[in-house]
Amino acid sequence: MNQSKYQTIVKRNTPKEDIAKNALIAFFSGGVMGVIAQGLMFVFQEYLSLSIKESSTLMIVTLIFIGCLLTCLGFFDKIVHKLRCGLIIPITGFAHSMQSAALEYRKEGFVTGIGANMLKLGGAVIIYGVVSAYIFGLIRFIIFGGI
Amino acid sequence: MTFKYNNVYINSTGTVIGPYEAKGPFSKLYDKKYNDFYFGAKTWEQAETKSIKDVVDITLAKINKQPSEINLHLGGDLLNQLVANNYAAALIKIPFLGIYSACATSTAGLIIASNHIEAKQINNAIITVSSHNNSAEKQFRYPVEYGGPKRKTTTFTSTGATCAYLSSEKGDIKIESGTIGKVVDMGIKDVYHMGAVMAPAAAEVIYTHLKETKREADYYDLILTGDLGKYGKTILQEYLKTAYNLELSNYEDAACIIYNKNQPVYAGASGAACLPLVAYTHVFDLMKRKELKRVLLVATGALMSQSTVSQKLTLPSIAHAVSVEVNE
Repeated sequence: MNQSKYQTIVKRNTPKEDIAKNALIAFFSGGVMGVIAQGLMFVFQEYLSLSIKESSTLMIVTLIFIGCLLTCLGFFDKIVHKLRCGLIIPITGFAHSMQSAALEYRKEGFVTGIGANMLKLGGAVIIYGVVSAYIFGLIRFIIFGGI
Repeated sequence: MTFKYNNVYINSTGTVIGPYEAKGPFSKLYDKKYNDFYFGAKTWEQAETKSIKDVVDITLAKINKQPSEINLHLGGDLLNQLVANNYAAALIKIPFLGIYSACATSTAGLIIASNHIEAKQINNAIITVSSHNNSAEKQFRYPVEYGGPKRKTTTFTSTGATCAYLSSEKGDIKIESGTIGKVVDMGIKDVYHMGAVMAPAAAEVIYTHLKETKREADYYDLILTGDLGKYGKTILQEYLKTAYNLELSNYEDAACIIYNKNQPVYAGASGAACLPLVAYTHVFDLMKRKELKRVLLVATGALMSQSTVSQKLTLPSIAHAVSVEVNE
């Protein structure tokens, strides 16, 4: 049997992913995350009398802390299984990717284990985040003169 | 390449499992269960080694043998450099050969040991095969706690260690023949669709075995593949129908029956331990009760590494078939 004929057999026997359903779940769970974040900012501004900028930083720190705590307690992966990418894409997902890698490699030492592997999943986000920030910053500088 | 055996028997087997398998349908048939993934060891790798040591002790205790009486120990697992088995072999202290055919290691080991026994080079041998969900996920996929959404075709690595004791002394289960498969590469690159990667290797070795032994598929009361999962299973059937006009009537896949339907394992199980866990418990029990007389075990393995996956190379696969029958 040749490869292309085989690939049609594979295609016929491979289930379709529920892309629409997953996207909808992610849309709503991600939206709920956004509402929670906004609620936190509101609380910080109203009751702690912080500025918008300060309260947004505190909100991010709070969410990262909760995310990491849930990862360590072993709940986060189970919640992700239900809520799909709505939890993976926001900052909670980034914290979770680092925390889960750190947990996994903690037995292999602080440097060769945690240090070398903590950014295994999240590292690419940082690298390409910095690279794209640089490129778009340059474009903005050239076109709008840095405004 | 098919070998025929007249004097090789499986006299004893042992199985040790993890928490997911303990919730499966064959729960009561396993020799030892662990309720968490550490098995009382410090790391998952050490846990896997411990399970191999356990399973050898259990298997030898059933036939009152000491490790010093065993001529050869063959073993394999999924970890780099076969560390789980290498470290276990250091504790067991039997002349040791590490073997790797990924998840097809169990039948590869049975064939090698049977050849040596049939040639009277050795009197007996043990074959240990293990896999561990967390140590394998850590090596091949994402960190275990990450748990990112997975596709429906993904399989779930089974946790367990298995041991078979083979000798020329007559026993209930006879190894009748074995076929070494060829490595097959059908151009599949999807590492989350292992059923599609391995189905052609299984199909080819089943076809070759039947051709070389001049048998029909219904000669066997059961043809059991290793870890194709529910989609790989249908791919295999369609492949055999299309390529060789061969229909398997008594066919099952170990990956599809080792867990209950409500367990969160996507397309089914995978891992080197999957086939022997089902074969040494459920299948051999049915054979001892004479409900099955002739069974063809076809373990299947995907032969990639993390580097070749990152280099976007296609995924080659292998399968070896072993025919076992009730000794009458």
